[in-house]
Amino acid sequence: MPVALTAPANPHSASQRLPGDPDIWFLIVAELLTFGMFFVTYAGYRALDVDLFNASQLKLDRTLGVINTLFMLTSSWAVVSAVRAARRDRPAEVPRYLALAIMLGVGFMLVKAIEYSEKFANGISITTDTFFMFYFCLTIIHLLHVIGGTAILTVMWAKARRGGYRANSIKGLETGASYWHMVDLLWIFLFPLLYLLR
Amino acid sequence: MPVFLLNPHRTWLLLVLATAATFWVRADGVVGLAAGAATLGIAWLKGRLVILDFMELREAPRLWRGIIEGWLLLVTVLVFVFYRFGPELLAQTT
Repeated sequence: MPVALTAPANPHSASQRLPGDPDIWFLIVAELLTFGMFFVTYAGYRALDVDLFNASQLKLDRTLGVINTLFMLTSSWAVVSAVRAARRDRPAEVPRYLALAIMLGVGFMLVKAIEYSEKFANGISITTDTFFMFYFCLTIIHLLHVIGGTAILTVMWAKARRGGYRANSIKGLETGASYWHMVDLLWIFLFPLLYLLR
Repeated sequence: MPVFLLNPHRTWLLLVLATAATFWVRADGVVGLAAGAATLGIAWLKGRLVILDFMELREAPRLWRGIIEGWLLLVTVLVFVFYRFGPELLAQTT
């Protein structure tokens, strides 16, 4: 008589595996490589005109940058909490954490809108100088990923409200969560690079 | 153990403190190599926390963890090389 020789996998453990659908990790690596090249290119162009970059950087609002960093970090924390709630078979908690993450994502977008309009009001735009070309290009490209990631979070929130995520039905949630953490990771490097490194 | 010491709360707290540290290091807008190195070093540490704890790569297959941690380290090092040596390096080619 056949006997099961292995114990069933514990759905609550994050054993040696990637969270979510493995395909998302190929996308994540591709995005990281792309942004990595942007970051290094920025550093290279900065080295060609350090004084200009140092002077223009002072016109950035570092306080708003820190606020956005706190928004990003806390939204990732909220997404992690949503995944943990699902793993512990507490599906009712999942949409609350996702809702918090979504609000923080929207908050990030609003802060960027405030920052950009303040720049435009002072006559600063993407063509002002090389530093601001990088500032607008890199932050706008990142912002597009924040918008896309927030859309993903919203789709997951809708499913979570119907109790769609539990320990045995979590792959989609983990996949979207991994993408959102990538968006957070990019900002964690982008913020000091653009706003602080001098 | 107090709740704030458990992951993910501990990780979030460390990230917030590290953010405060970088902001404080650069509060006066002064140019300086030590502050620049500290800024990049803290950015690298923050990135590691997100990769290992939020993305859960601490428990992932070593190849994937290596690739993504390796990416962060490589980018940090290359940015630092341009930051520290860029002006001299590039002056010879332009």
